Amino acid sequence: MNWIEIGTINDIPRRGARCVNTPHGKIAVFRTMEDQIFAIDDHCPHKGGPLSQGIVHGAAVTCPLHNWVISLETGKALGADEGSVKTIAIRLDGDRILALLELATVAAE
Amino acid sequence: METAAKKQKLVVIGNGMAPGRALEHLFEMAPETYDVTIFNAEPRVNYDRIMLSPVLSGEKEFEEIIIHGDGWYIKHGITLYKGHKIIGIDRQAKTVTSDAGTIESYDKLLIATGSVPFVLPVPGNNLPGVLTYRDLDDVNAMLLAAQSRAKAVVIGGGLLGLEAAAGLKSRGMDVTVLHIMPTLMERQLDPAAGYLLEQAVEQRGIRVMTKASTKEILGQNKVEGVLLADGTTLPADLVVMAAGIRPNAMLAKEAGLETNRGIVVNAGMQTSDPDIFAIGECAEVAGQCYGLVAPLYEMARVVSAQLADDADAKFVHSETPTKLKVTGINLFSVGDLGEGDDRQEIVLRDAAAGVYKRLVLKDDRIIGTVLYGETSDGAWFHDLTKKRTDISEMRDTLIFGQSYQGGSPLDPMAAVAALPDDAEICGCNGICKGKITGAISGKGLTSLDDVRVHTKASASCGSCTGLVEQLLVLTLGDSYNPSAVTPMCSCTDLGHDDVRRLIKAKKLKSIPAVMQELEWKTSCGCAKCRPALNYYLVADWPDEYADDYQSRFINERVHANIQKDGTYSVVPRMWGGVTNSKELRAIADVVDKFAIPAVKVTGGQRIDMLGIKKEDLPAVWADLGKAGFVSGQAYAKGLRTVKTCVGTDWCRFGTQDSTGLGIRIEKFMWGSWTPAKVKMAVSGCPRNCAEATCKDVGIICVDSGYEIHFAGAAGLDIKGTEVLGLVKTEDEALEHVVALTQMYREQGRYLERIYKWAKRVGLDEIRRQIMQDEVKRRGYFDRFVFSQTFAQVDPWSERVSGVDKHEFQPMAKIGYQQAAE
Ligand code: SRM
Ligand SMILES: Cc1cc2nc3c(=O)[nH]c(=O)nc-3n(C[C@H](O)[C@H](O)[C@H](O)COP(=O)(O)OP(=O)(O)OC[C@H]3O[C@@H](n4cnc5c(N)ncnc54)[C@H](O)[C@@H]3O)c2cc1C
Ligand code: SF4
Ligand code: FES
Repeated sequence: MNWIEIGTINDIPRRGARCVNTPHGKIAVFRTMEDQIFAIDDHCPHKGGPLSQGIVHGAAVTCPLHNWVISLETGKALGADEGSVKTIAIRLDGDRILALLELATVAAE
Repeated sequence: METAAKKQKLVVIGNGMAPGRALEHLFEMAPETYDVTIFNAEPRVNYDRIMLSPVLSGEKEFEEIIIHGDGWYIKHGITLYKGHKIIGIDRQAKTVTSDAGTIESYDKLLIATGSVPFVLPVPGNNLPGVLTYRDLDDVNAMLLAAQSRAKAVVIGGGLLGLEAAAGLKSRGMDVTVLHIMPTLMERQLDPAAGYLLEQAVEQRGIRVMTKASTKEILGQNKVEGVLLADGTTLPADLVVMAAGIRPNAMLAKEAGLETNRGIVVNAGMQTSDPDIFAIGECAEVAGQCYGLVAPLYEMARVVSAQLADDADAKFVHSETPTKLKVTGINLFSVGDLGEGDDRQEIVLRDAAAGVYKRLVLKDDRIIGTVLYGETSDGAWFHDLTKKRTDISEMRDTLIFGQSYQGGSPLDPMAAVAALPDDAEICGCNGICKGKITGAISGKGLTSLDDVRVHTKASASCGSCTGLVEQLLVLTLGDSYNPSAVTPMCSCTDLGHDDVRRLIKAKKLKSIPAVMQELEWKTSCGCAKCRPALNYYLVADWPDEYADDYQSRFINERVHANIQKDGTYSVVPRMWGGVTNSKELRAIADVVDKFAIPAVKVTGGQRIDMLGIKKEDLPAVWADLGKAGFVSGQAYAKGLRTVKTCVGTDWCRFGTQDSTGLGIRIEKFMWGSWTPAKVKMAVSGCPRNCAEATCKDVGIICVDSGYEIHFAGAAGLDIKGTEVLGLVKTEDEALEHVVALTQMYREQGRYLERIYKWAKRVGLDEIRRQIMQDEVKRRGYFDRFVFSQTFAQVDPWSERVSGVDKHEFQPMAKIGYQQAAE
């Protein structure tokens, strides 16, 4: 696992998200109203909806396909729905966003 | 103890209302004790400062507001130095020195220097033409400026600012009030009363701008305008700063007396120097400074007793009611109006009469009162507060005032029951009580919706809903079960209608403002309320509201429809379903170029390209744009398609140019946001090949004109349309359809299709407003046209030119190579 710089906080609109393409698939990086940054897999536990396209509110996102609400902190579906998505650790260094990403085997060589 | 034989010297600094009153008491209690000398920076005798506003407005002359004329000073042997400002106190020598060089020694010194107006620290604040509002000189300067009948800007929407504005207005000036807070007099009034006040002020022809933060006073050699932080410039020949006052404690501070916000005094009005007292607005007692005369008069009573050697006289804090001295505006506010878990409130609103009353209760006692419109019970409520009366016995009828408090407690319904039959309940629609109760019993109505449909009461702004429900209870007894409002979502207890009404009423112009003012329970809402609020704000303030992109669903954000695999579909507009070879060729080229997997003719007479990758969207749009296409908004809570049939152009039965009218409507109305999607159709004859009779709005052309239909549905529900009415010309058809749509835009709840809205407000009411009331119809039409000037921007070309670029590109691509580094 390595801390990899994926962009700066200013790249993401408040209450919005951006995607990062990785060898393991897309991750969605969110910025909340309070400027917290979270990253989760861009894949809804319900039917794989792209969570990065949802509406961000508090520290949660509503999936654009069928409105599941996913906690950005835990990756768990909130409310009556059950399921969870992988979260990715994030570290801020000033404005820079670093994500703790597992490198592909090829890459580790 | 001093003997009366040798008089002591009392020097008073300042000759305002507080020391004036103190000396009256003193001469009564101990007439022979002091030789009094007064220094007053103002070159005049003591006058009633409160009444400067009537002098400004012309309702009174200065002579009428003098409290102590020259004779009074002579009679009491007072030396009054008019126009002398004290510039130093020497506590060692026990002397004061004036700016004219006069030195006077004292045994006891009374400081009553009042307050100084707060002047905003902005560039240009010292230009000629910038005034404050404190004394007669200010009033005279304003009167001089008013002779030009030019433009005045008053900064500050508190008591002083509003009185100044009203005065200047009545002197013929064109007046704007700038207030930094969202509602007027926010320290004395709650937002609801502040709103009513704003209405009343605006009704007088005074413009009110809230949340207006002054950045600069503009002008070369004199005031020419005011620049606001948002960039707005207001021309002005006179600027009155009424943005607050500061206790005038400078002199005391320089003399080494203890000061804080004001001059610190004990309950006996004694400063940190036992021979020096301070009263009035400059004094701070128990951490409080005061700005209304009632507590200052209490200080005057205490200090005179102290000076007359009654060491027991102590000041006790009391709340003073605020009233506004603008003729015709009745307002009363006192006490603590804050909300809290340990508090309850009782509210009475009567929109028709412009009355609002609110009592804040804690532990069964009134701690705060706001009365607007009807203030006669103010004194009584205030008295209950002061006496800490337990009101639990009369709680149900308390708000109706003293006259309702009989020997035995009245039923809470009594006040409503007591209203005469001709009392107006619904101000918007002019419906009186008798008509409502008559309809309830006569037609067997059982619900609020029934009453709305049959009488129109509470069907417009909804503010009389509470009264109508009380009438239902009165008429039907226990069999009526008021249905609770369904909240918009779990972020609020308010329903859509309340939120819409309050957005308008409180002039809320951003989502954070709505959430703050309407006390949202979450910090930034949820995916249910945010898109709804965004729509309401766009619809209500088309020119002022900045669309909140992050509160739109993904489809409306990227102007395409998201598919189950995360790709998108794109539907260009095909006006009225008509196309040509050039357009078809452009579509074919785009399909080839981007390898679009599926192309389909939609149910709405146009072409859908499905399975486009998000990153490709801007390039797809760029190519479609070159061929003249704009977004078909197949995703929008807005105008979708206007289906047409071939009409007189080709069809042997066609009676009018249905294709042309459909295209004309679509070109006129595209881009508008609506509560839910709006689909239309125009058929050339009653055979109705465009299926106009199951659309939100449909037109059936007939020989004699155009039959306008509305409130159809063919999705989750199937419902044939209702007839709105028949019009003769195409122009009229367009005007009626537009007006109808605007009415829906202004009243519909988010995601409520036209047929549901129409059921809620009543078909007849819609017919009445659109078909019969030409003024209303024209108003709706004009407002739609106005909003279109901001809405008819093709979202595709906007994005091709770079808007929201971040949306279409990943922030980073972490490849193997990079990871390997
Ligand atoms: C493309 C189209 C089907 C087709 O291939 O023909 C279509 C496709 C969709 N319709 Fe539709 N509707 C289409 C015509 C209709 C019609 C027929 C019409 O417009 O003449 C209806 C019935 C008429 C009506 O609206 O009353 C219709 C009633 C619905 C409904 C039910 C609405 C309702 O209030 O009852 C939905 C669901 C919704 O809006 O919540 C819906 C929702 C949808 C959505 C947007 C579902 C979604 O949220 O993703 C589909 C988007 C597919 C896409 O990506 O393009 N679609 N849909 C038609 C596009 C018309 C156009 O050119 O814009
Ligand atoms: C337009 C207007 C409307 C108002 N309406 C109301 C109302 O409706 N209800 C209400 O309760 N209150 C109202 N007020 C407030 C009320 O007028 C004041 O609270 C009250 O007048 C304060 O009395 P004071 O004696 O403390 O000070 P002031 O009346 O301000 O008197 C202070 C005096 O001290 C003089 N002075 C200051 N420094 C020196 C110095 N160094 N040497 C010599 N003299 C000095 C000043 O020139 C001034 O004349 C209003 C005020 C204004 C301006
Ligand atoms: S009927 Fe409409 S919403 Fe349902 S699958 Fe077809 S296109 Fe989608
Ligand atoms: S895929 Fe996310 S809610 Fe269905």
